[in-house]
Amino acid sequence: MHTIDPNDLQAVWLTLKLASVTSFLLLLIGTPLSWWLAYSSKWYRGIVAALIALPLVLPPTVLGFYLLLLMGPQGIVGALTNALHLGTLPFTFAGLVVGSVLFSLPFAVLPIRSAFEAMGTRPLEVAATLRASGWDRFVSVALPLSRSGFLAAIILAFAHTVGEFGVVLMLGGNIPGETRVLSVAIYNHVEAMEYGAAHWLAGGMVLFSFIVLVGLYLSGGKISQVVR
Amino acid sequence: MTQIQLARMDSNGIRADFKLRLDSFALDAAFGAPSAGVTALFGPSGSGKTTLLRCIAGLERAAGSLHVDGEVWQDETRFVATHKRPLGYVFQEASLFSHLSVRANLEYGLKRVASAERKVDLEQVVEWLGLERLIGRGDTAKLSGGERQRIAIGRALLTSPRILLMDEPLAALDSASKQDILPYLERLHRELKIPVLYVSHSLDEVARLADHLVLLEQGRVIASGALMETLARLDLPTGHFDDAGAVIEAAVAHHDETYHLTRLDFPGGCLWVGKVDQSSSRRVRARVLARDVSIAIQQPQGSSINNILNARIEEIRDEGPDKVIVRMKVGDTHMLLSRITRRSRDHLGLTVGKDVFAQVKSVALMS
Repeated sequence: MHTIDPNDLQAVWLTLKLASVTSFLLLLIGTPLSWWLAYSSKWYRGIVAALIALPLVLPPTVLGFYLLLLMGPQGIVGALTNALHLGTLPFTFAGLVVGSVLFSLPFAVLPIRSAFEAMGTRPLEVAATLRASGWDRFVSVALPLSRSGFLAAIILAFAHTVGEFGVVLMLGGNIPGETRVLSVAIYNHVEAMEYGAAHWLAGGMVLFSFIVLVGLYLSGGKISQVVR
Repeated sequence: MTQIQLARMDSNGIRADFKLRLDSFALDAAFGAPSAGVTALFGPSGSGKTTLLRCIAGLERAAGSLHVDGEVWQDETRFVATHKRPLGYVFQEASLFSHLSVRANLEYGLKRVASAERKVDLEQVVEWLGLERLIGRGDTAKLSGGERQRIAIGRALLTSPRILLMDEPLAALDSASKQDILPYLERLHRELKIPVLYVSHSLDEVARLADHLVLLEQGRVIASGALMETLARLDLPTGHFDDAGAVIEAAVAHHDETYHLTRLDFPGGCLWVGKVDQSSSRRVRARVLARDVSIAIQQPQGSSINNILNARIEEIRDEGPDKVIVRMKVGDTHMLLSRITRRSRDHLGLTVGKDVFAQVKSVALMS
């Protein structure tokens, strides 16, 4: 019987932490962004939408490469973080979070945006005529009416972050307890011909992903449309 | 409307003046409405009535000004946000919140109004709109269109609005639902103490519910005034609709059990109509269509028509190559319209000022 390597447990824990932090940040960033994309009539809305959707079509290594350059000591972001005495972000957990947030942004924005668009402006107008202020309208009408979009966004962002490899490898490398997440640990095991250990982790990932998707499809139409 | 006319309006009423340019259409509408009763914003689709109502609610931002009960809701420098305007708005579709129960929908606005400002309570509204059997329902999706609209009206009223805006609340309903909801609207008309602005493109609805009429065409106000007077005007498009006609307000005077008829009295004469429900109110509104009125120059003898009124011709206008429409005064305050052929006009020698007999073939009772 194979016992799980404590390093692997650490990788699992790190992965869950990364996915949780990323999903949380994505909700914070993705919600106002989705709102703007759903309701703005600015001409550059399409450009912003395209920028956000880029990670859907780009190889993760490309995104990781440019993030590495940007956040490295020679990059603009790197120079900024250095000037703030924060050091540079690559090869840190914080760097992974930044990369994951950008990489998973479309998976959070698309379902929330389509939920807002499906709701339309009418319920918000009705609420305004019933004395609800802007924030009140958002909390009491927009959030509950687009909850399935939010649920889909959280699940997709979380699962997508758990499964990410390319950006992590380019940006975070392989530091145990800091940047060595599950997908990297599996890669390491395979490289070292430790197929048993790789199976434990890879099989667990398969099971996890399957459960997430079953949850998605069972929960009804709106969410599954996003990943159809 | 000119400034002089505006100034003459009740200072407690509504004064609106909006200019808005959209892609396909421009709104340039000024009108006044009194502080009580139902003012209908009437016009064909695309005439800007809904846009005008949205401007009044602050849902659309136009240039211009809006005063309600002497309070400024909008002028050059100020624009009160929709949620700070004490108004009720009923949309064409009921637009109930699908995530809330019937009761929670009704209470949504109520909860957001300070208790000191609440003038109507839930029980009252439930009773007015007959919501007793609906208020316990959890899901609003299974309700009929008429039921949903009644809840939407109740929800708006529960904010104790100072003005009620209704955007064709019947237009999305089938005729059965319409019949279901009209009595409630008529009741609100009688019992509400606040002004109502009612957008409609149905002359029948307007004749039934409104006291004042604002006529819109291509984003402009072309006329505005008391309902009965305005509907009888021949210089307006409404005077030439297929269902053009006059509205008469009358008192229920007598029930004839033998022939199952009811007599309605109004200053100028009386009308016999099919027997009215005894319990219905003492005052009723009747609509007499121009096509149902014929004219005789002598007292008709041996006619099957029950209702023959003394009238004086006030105006005659051509309507196409073969027809004319005649406006007559009945008594001091009421009007009748009659659509006859040009041939009849010439044969009878009908001219303005002539005393005639108006034969009314059919009367539609409105409430």
